[in-house]
Amino acid sequence: MNASIEIKPLTKKDFASDQDVRWCPGCGDYVLLSQLQKLLPTLGVPRENFAFISGIGCSSRFPYYMETYGMHSIHGRAPAIASGLKLARPELSVWVVTGDGDALAIGGNHFIHAMRRNIGLKIVLLNNRIYGLTKGQASPTTEIGTKTKTTPLGNLDRPFSAASVALGAGATFVARVVGSDQPMMAAVLRRAAMHPGTAFVEVLQNCLIFNDGTFEPLTDRSVRDEHRLVLEHGKPLVFGNQRDKGLRLKGMEPEIVSITPGQEKGLIVHDEHARNAGLAFMLSQLETPAFPTAVGVLRDIEAPAGEALYAEQAADITELRGRGNLQKLLASGNPWIIE
Amino acid sequence: MTSEVHAAEAPSAGRSIAEIERVVIRFVGDSGDGMQLTGSEFSRALGRSGHFFVTHPDYPSEISAPTGTLFGVSGFQIQLGSDAVLTSGDAPDMMLVMNPAALKTNLGDAKRHATLIVNSGAFTQGNLDKAGYVSNPLEDGSLDGYHLYKIDISGLTAAALANTGLSGREAERCKNYFALGLMLCLYEQSPETVIAEIRTKFGRKKPQLAEANIIALKAGHGYAEASELFVSHYHVRKSQVAPGKYRIVTGNQATAMGCVAASELSGVPLFLGSYPITPATDILHELSGLKHFAVTTFQAEDEIAGICSAIGAAYGGVLGLTTTSGPGMALKTEALGLAVMLEIPLVIINVQRGGPSTGLPTKVEQSDLLQAVYGRNGECPIPVIAAASPADCFDTALEAFRIATKYMTPVIMLSDGGIANAAEPWRIPDVASLAPLPVKFRTDPEGYQPYARDEHLARAWVRPGTPGMEHRVGGLEKDFLTGNISHVPANHQRMVETRAAKVAGIVKDIPPCQPQGPASGDLLIVSWGGTYGAIAQAQEELVAAGHAVAHLHLRHLNPLPADLGDVLRRYKTVLVPEMNLGQLARLLREQCLIDVVSLGKVQGKPFKVSEIFARAVELCGK
Repeated sequence: MNASIEIKPLTKKDFASDQDVRWCPGCGDYVLLSQLQKLLPTLGVPRENFAFISGIGCSSRFPYYMETYGMHSIHGRAPAIASGLKLARPELSVWVVTGDGDALAIGGNHFIHAMRRNIGLKIVLLNNRIYGLTKGQASPTTEIGTKTKTTPLGNLDRPFSAASVALGAGATFVARVVGSDQPMMAAVLRRAAMHPGTAFVEVLQNCLIFNDGTFEPLTDRSVRDEHRLVLEHGKPLVFGNQRDKGLRLKGMEPEIVSITPGQEKGLIVHDEHARNAGLAFMLSQLETPAFPTAVGVLRDIEAPAGEALYAEQAADITELRGRGNLQKLLASGNPWIIE
Repeated sequence: MTSEVHAAEAPSAGRSIAEIERVVIRFVGDSGDGMQLTGSEFSRALGRSGHFFVTHPDYPSEISAPTGTLFGVSGFQIQLGSDAVLTSGDAPDMMLVMNPAALKTNLGDAKRHATLIVNSGAFTQGNLDKAGYVSNPLEDGSLDGYHLYKIDISGLTAAALANTGLSGREAERCKNYFALGLMLCLYEQSPETVIAEIRTKFGRKKPQLAEANIIALKAGHGYAEASELFVSHYHVRKSQVAPGKYRIVTGNQATAMGCVAASELSGVPLFLGSYPITPATDILHELSGLKHFAVTTFQAEDEIAGICSAIGAAYGGVLGLTTTSGPGMALKTEALGLAVMLEIPLVIINVQRGGPSTGLPTKVEQSDLLQAVYGRNGECPIPVIAAASPADCFDTALEAFRIATKYMTPVIMLSDGGIANAAEPWRIPDVASLAPLPVKFRTDPEGYQPYARDEHLARAWVRPGTPGMEHRVGGLEKDFLTGNISHVPANHQRMVETRAAKVAGIVKDIPPCQPQGPASGDLLIVSWGGTYGAIAQAQEELVAAGHAVAHLHLRHLNPLPADLGDVLRRYKTVLVPEMNLGQLARLLREQCLIDVVSLGKVQGKPFKVSEIFARAVELCGK
């Protein structure tokens, strides 16, 4: 009797591991977990070909909750580990889940070099502007003046814009989403998944316990449209409750102008695909409250993925010289024979 | 050790041929004088004609130090012999000296009546001043007692190249080939094979330079042949070399080839993640040129990324490798702990140099042993093995991968700046004769538990991409079976003890100790790593001098061989010479519960045979 094999399409449930999720109730990390568990079954990639690599921090618990291959590694090093994995196994879909301390402080060097090399990693940074797991110290994205356990008199160190760092390091795909905006997160993660090369997604997210309300201007329904600039490729930069404000350039500086809805002449038109990262960089630097915070895809350009270049170079030299032969290698370097 | 000079019957040319068993020659000059090249070409020629030798380069860490200065001096030493040569020799019998600074910094090392061939053309007032000579040592009688040959190598080279159209500066740069020609002639070598090599090396790209070097080489050879200056030429009797195909190999080259061999024998690709650091970088260079094998090299952004990328690759199911030297090893420490927790195969090669901190980047030391065995947070056992000689690096690297894949563990291989850059002839092994390196990946999901273990306490290697076996690993303590996070007190104790037992269990693969010399007696000298050669040589000489002295070399440093304690107890005294302040000595005292005598040398230079000989004689006399 032939056993009939039924191939069931994967569902969200298939990507949930049997481990209890241990983030604080209400933490934004749950949103990313849920969105990724929804997204992955739709990508046409077998479940066993996903690998999640993380470092240390609240966000880095992520791999334990995914029923995929995964590694919870050491602080800041996930991009380096993931780079080695992806180069060794280009057919895998390799994701890095990190945080503002993990990626931008202790792991800053690995982060920028991941952007530079454009190896096909999907890097999601959960930015809550605070160290959570160590219970509330200032991070590289903590705003000036914020009081934390290590900055009881107010933070003096200027914060990074994670997206600016990524763009400055040559990232080919950079997006930013507000953690509570599930539809946008779903759309952006899908595009990140499809991008060949490194895709970087910054998720702006609340920490209920140690930095509550840090992104409130972007999440509070009553004001958020005044503070969010939702980017759309080919569309003018318009925002506001009434879509009555726009961004234009005055010399090299952006400025906000009032517009009559529909009258968008003279405004900056978003171009995700601009080869020059200048526009994306300028958008990544806009800071609330002086400016709206840009969310959506800041940059998406085509460039060869790092792992493809590595493979191509190896293939080329193998074609030129033939597959390496160990005996010939050992006997290279002008050998001689002793009778 | 001693060069015995026997005056032989003069051949037809009316010049005597001195028969020598063994000779130590040092080439010294400014770092721009090409001494490394001259020395290498000279050794290659002698190797071709059937001689044993070991070479030792000694160069400054500055890339291009100001010309003529004391700190810009570069040296290359070779010991040639008619029977197995194990070190580059203690004190030079002959020195080729290219400038005053080189004379000043090296003369103290030479034997009392050594032959000095000196480029008198470089002994200008300016160069004498830079070297701090008040009067010219070639003229003031201070070199009386040496066999001094003053030859204007610079001037003779310039004259030989007068009609080539080369500028004076360009011609000056060919003088090392004149010197090489001269030395080849003195040691009865024809210049032909070197000429062929010059043509292959420079011929296509710089034909004019190739021809100039050939002219200089022939001129030097001809000069030594024709000039009445040299009373004798030297004949080093050919060695009883086993028949076979030979090549010259440095430790770093042999290491790189050993790693490729591990990949070829196992059928598993090799991934090297590495950051440039002296003296390990050559391994990265070598492997970067071998991408037509299943080799990927990744020049990481730092030492940490070097090991982390290799961990990622190993997790992906390839042979992970990272190479470094002391300071880089320090940076990799946290990731080593992760590899121990993940229980994945990984090889870490530390080509040791003088420390601590930046220390002596180009000089040799063995002071990272305790770091390798113990230097991590937590109970973090890692097997440690060390290479004994340049050629031994091949076997040691292969063994590192054997242990790593069989026991699913990171393995530290220690090399050092001495053997990494030293060169010796290597009988090329037949690949078919190399033992297989079987590697298994588990693909059966039935009953799979990520931390279930086999009879060697190794967990299964599972490649991501294998259906039905998705699992998570990480640096947090894990459950004994499932690998899920576990903070259960008894589980942690069990895991710590199991990881320790796994590494300790490697002892069953370590062959019993085989001391050279008497099976018991007055003295046992224990070596590890690059001190092998000097100690083996010293032991031979001690036995010849009538002492009951044996030599035991240890490749495996963690775990140590099971019978080691018993063997040590068979001798009245155990001497442990090390290029550190007694690190193996501590391990032996601690693990074998036996006292040993430590002989530590930390001068950036390898042991001399005579130093070990002298200490051994003292101990035997007790």
